Amino acid sequence: MNTDLRLTIDRIKCDGHGLCAELLPELISLDDWSYPIIDPGPIPERLAPIAQRAVATCPVLALAMRRTRVSK
Amino acid sequence: MSGLRLLAGPDLRSGAEALADHTRRLGAPALGGRPLIETLVRSGLGGRGGASFPVGLKWRAVAAAASKGPAVVIVNGAEGEPQSHKDKVLMATRPHLILDGAFLAARTLRAAQVVLYIGEEHRKAWSAMALALAERPEAERRITRMAGAPNRYVAGESSAAVHLIDAGAATPTTTPPFPRERGVAAVPTLVQNVETLAHVALIARYGDAWYRSVGRRGAAGTVLLTIAGGVKSPGVLEVEAGTTIEEAVGATGGVSEPAAAVLLGGYFGVWLPAMQAWEIPLDGEALRGRGLALGCGVIGVQPAARCGVCDTARIMRYLAEESSAQCGPCFFGLRALSDACSRLAERGTNRDDIARLKRWAVEVPGRGACKHPDGAVMFLRSALSTFADQFASHPAHWRQQPA
Amino acid sequence: MSDIVLWYTTRGAGAVSMILLSAVVILGVLSTLRFQGSGWPRFLTPALHRNLALMTLVFLGLHIVTAVVDPFTHLGWLTAVVPFSSYYRTFWLGLGTISFELLAAIVATSLLRGVIGQAAWRAIHWLAYASWPVAVIHGFGTGTDALSGWFIVLSIVCVGSVVIAIAYRMVQPSPDLLTSARSEFRSAVSRKPDQ
Repeated sequence: MNTDLRLTIDRIKCDGHGLCAELLPELISLDDWSYPIIDPGPIPERLAPIAQRAVATCPVLALAMRRTRVSK
Repeated sequence: MSGLRLLAGPDLRSGAEALADHTRRLGAPALGGRPLIETLVRSGLGGRGGASFPVGLKWRAVAAAASKGPAVVIVNGAEGEPQSHKDKVLMATRPHLILDGAFLAARTLRAAQVVLYIGEEHRKAWSAMALALAERPEAERRITRMAGAPNRYVAGESSAAVHLIDAGAATPTTTPPFPRERGVAAVPTLVQNVETLAHVALIARYGDAWYRSVGRRGAAGTVLLTIAGGVKSPGVLEVEAGTTIEEAVGATGGVSEPAAAVLLGGYFGVWLPAMQAWEIPLDGEALRGRGLALGCGVIGVQPAARCGVCDTARIMRYLAEESSAQCGPCFFGLRALSDACSRLAERGTNRDDIARLKRWAVEVPGRGACKHPDGAVMFLRSALSTFADQFASHPAHWRQQPA
Repeated sequence: MSDIVLWYTTRGAGAVSMILLSAVVILGVLSTLRFQGSGWPRFLTPALHRNLALMTLVFLGLHIVTAVVDPFTHLGWLTAVVPFSSYYRTFWLGLGTISFELLAAIVATSLLRGVIGQAAWRAIHWLAYASWPVAVIHGFGTGTDALSGWFIVLSIVCVGSVVIAIAYRMVQPSPDLLTSARSEFRSAVSRKPDQ
């Protein structure tokens, strides 16, 4: 079964702390007001541990990592 | 005009049609139940709140989610779009059509509660619906309550409606979960526009073939529109689906002065050059094929004498101020876009602001919890395209025009 | 001889715990202010806050164990978890027990934040503001060194730093720029249920 890891964000909980972008600059950048712009694509497996850390570091638990099934 | 269905019956100026007259004219209401869902699917009826989502499919989803328990029906008469009046007119003149549809939904989906979510400033609509509710049988009145929708643009959004009833504040919430899965009191909730429910009431009586028996250019059914702007008699009218914009505007007496553009779908819609707009048929499928949508059915005719840049700036300012301020990209992004538009309108074209508009127009959409920023940006992009010449060479002025 | 070692370890570990806990509170305050500097990324503040809190528990553990094991104090293991249950300096030691339990609750809920959710975590985390002063007062009440110079200086520095940090926090505007707009909109669209 082919699965994808993807980042999801609750935009209402997000307060623009920006810690996620510091930890995971490969996939997250900040806009002009310090809110995250998140790469919608799958997370490369090598980045999964640091992505997990970014999820845990969010002060408001807005960031999450989901495994979704990929249909070919 | 032929094909009047929702607005058929007594003259609209005589106010709300009472239950006795309504029943005498149309017959007893249908019973509803699971077969109604399949009838709705076959009819191809699309939602009239803005998204045009197929009604039968929506009811199927709620029925599936509520298979083991109760559901809730929210009758959405918030009509927060400033230029739209069709829902107010329908509530004020044909409340029993709407209520028929609401209780058909309640019986079909086994709803334990029906909420009439009506814009609190729509006085006539509110009292007409309240009086109509009082005429209904006790079994229907017992499960129904009325809730006032605050007069803000996003208050009519589905999750905001659910949130107002559940938690007392009409702010959009994060989805998923969607109201059809988890709404009021965490129970599957059907949020349906009043016009849609009125169509359901007639389809339940006369069938899907009857619904599809009118329509032009291959479209089916009828549609309520609000014609606004530079036309001889602005107002609400019902037309057959597939009617072109030109035909619809013509039915209200035509334009009052030469038109430059048409705003299709209200502030959540798009500007189109008039030459292109006239021939467009008002039919869900045909519009989708062109990348357009009927939305809330507002057709705003923009006279050539008005400044497209200034009007765009005015509408962007409104949309920015109507952000619920829950998501940074929406609140700050729309404000920045609106400020740039205002600067263009007041001080004239400059390359930096145009560049900023283009950059933020890419960054902002999709980064809010609801579709408000997406709609505002789509509106802005259509303005940049339709009024391209004016944006490129706008003189430094703020034409004082009545809004 | 080993009794003296235990005794000094208890007092030393207690003092270190107070220093660490003060640093933890200050870093917590700086986290809410979204502090950052050149070479000091924002994530470093809450990360250090978390790691020093865990380190505090280590020294606190040492402080408690050596105190209980010490024959001079006649403390049973129960006094580490039941406040005011010791004969020895009942009140002041009880405060220590309370402070320890508050800290344990904060750390436990933080480790389980994903499970219990943000709201529950936040409610308990506010207890952090109680754990620290209770610990400081406990130190003055039970400590043999309460009146000795080094302890007084240490306490003044710790208490002073925390007070300055909290005062600074209270005069700063909220770094969340949406705060006022969000609550303004919310009150504009809030309605009491009428039926």
